[in-house]
Amino acid sequence: MSTTASSDSRGRAWLNALTGGAGVPASGKNSVLYVDAPLGADTARFIAVVPDPDNRFPRARKGEVGLEQGWTLARLVRDTIAADTDGHRRPIVAVVDVTSQAYGKREEMLGIHLACAAAADAYAQARLAGHPVIALLVGKCMSGAFLAHGYQANRLVALDDPGVLVHAMGKQAAARITRRPVSELDEMGDKIPPMSYDIRNYAKLGMLHALISGVTAAAPTPADAGKVAAVLADAVADVRASGRRDLSNRLASPQAQQLRAASIEVRRRLAEQWHAAV
Amino acid sequence: MSSPVNAPAQDWQKFLARKSFIELSAQDRATALLDAGSGRVILGPFDRLKSPWLPQQGIVAQADDGVVLVRGTIDRQPAVVAAIESDFQGGSMGEVAGAKIAGALEMTLADHRKGIPTRPVILFETGGVRLQEANLGLAVIAEIHAAIVALRPHVPVVGVIAGMVGCFGGMSLAASLCSHLVATKQARLGMNGPEVIEQEAGIQELDASDKRTIWSLIGGEQRFAIGQVDALVEDDADAIAAAVRAAFAAGVPATPRSARVDEYLAKLAAFDPTQAPDPKALRAAWGKGA
Repeated sequence: MSTTASSDSRGRAWLNALTGGAGVPASGKNSVLYVDAPLGADTARFIAVVPDPDNRFPRARKGEVGLEQGWTLARLVRDTIAADTDGHRRPIVAVVDVTSQAYGKREEMLGIHLACAAAADAYAQARLAGHPVIALLVGKCMSGAFLAHGYQANRLVALDDPGVLVHAMGKQAAARITRRPVSELDEMGDKIPPMSYDIRNYAKLGMLHALISGVTAAAPTPADAGKVAAVLADAVADVRASGRRDLSNRLASPQAQQLRAASIEVRRRLAEQWHAAV
Repeated sequence: MSSPVNAPAQDWQKFLARKSFIELSAQDRATALLDAGSGRVILGPFDRLKSPWLPQQGIVAQADDGVVLVRGTIDRQPAVVAAIESDFQGGSMGEVAGAKIAGALEMTLADHRKGIPTRPVILFETGGVRLQEANLGLAVIAEIHAAIVALRPHVPVVGVIAGMVGCFGGMSLAASLCSHLVATKQARLGMNGPEVIEQEAGIQELDASDKRTIWSLIGGEQRFAIGQVDALVEDDADAIAAAVRAAFAAGVPATPRSARVDEYLAKLAAFDPTQAPDPKALRAAWGKGA
């Protein structure tokens, strides 16, 4: 059992609020927690990556997805798949609040890319096996960490809150690399939705199943948890009703038809030219 | 033949006869892996599938968005090669570039479901997400991951990292999801580029200008030595084509690398993070035959 207060992490706060329990460390790792708890008529497995100030890898103490977190997520998700042999595939909810992948020399040497790939692989396997996988975006959903923990889900659900950020790179680093001031990045994000850090602009890309407003994202109340749980249960039902195990629904929404028109057009032309070419 | 005098001369002639793969354009690299004369570009420049996002930021878009798709055959089996052109925006993944790779893999999966044994190859030369298309770059990379995982039980998904850009960011995950990974000594494979690590973690963690250390950590030779790349080949188009054909001939691996969870958890448990990172010691601990 983890004894750290929930205030250090939105991931931990929402894991506790949604399940009424404290997270169990997966494979004895305090940075990857899970709880099995009711969700609608199901029992779902909720998973969060949380800060672990005593982690033996110094670059993965603040809620990053590092080597141990990636491989541990892979173990946990694969164990979930292996446990459901009776035909009923339980929902898996990835509670996402991940600051980044771990940046370090040891991490690169040992293959953090492979650790994150292992986690993404496991979540994709769960989806393909028929587990409804839902990512609940409650905090930072950054780059490689989000690819490892959440982005392979059947459905993405986010809280409408300024602290919920999806992006490929932290704002300061992106400003340095693109040689733009941070203020210009913010301005640009409002005009060019994929550049934005703001979850409302992210919603315009059409990949969210739901954007939930009116909850206290940093400190959820039981009422907030109930509201979010209802949306999660609806997302699970939507996955089951669709019968689909791929990510095609991300291109199906009216918003995606607009802002991801290029992604859709690429696939249309591919279907036209594919067989003619060989 | 085996005299010590002649051997170096043969190596020298071999070196001169070799056709550098790295120096080829994306289209020529893709074509070099296909049976002679079989390559046909699809979604080429005349389709004008450009980035809708770059011109909004005053950057000139390119007619193929930096990804070339070539259909053809490999050992007379239908194939598709997706080649990233690192000369355009550093091989970064924008919406169109990434959708071309994801879509080609999705078409390959549809082929397999119909009994058509299409062979997929991805040539990785990429820094990862194109920051000017940030969240769509990340989204298409997640779609590439999904497509590789879905396809992998049907046919080996073969990745090649030749150099000189290397393979970083979310695309390093894509490379690691591949069934089989071919690299040269000139390749680098890592999640975070050295400059990004220096910025995020400080120069005491990693000095991005220390090229020797970086190659020793993430270079193709080291990745092969610790078992994170399957084949290490010379920068030679014929050698790389042979390695790709061999990967398909070997068939679908029983357990892809990214599924070897217990093995890697045990390796990590045995690693002492308080010691200075030592790539040579890691070869001894993780290397083949260790």
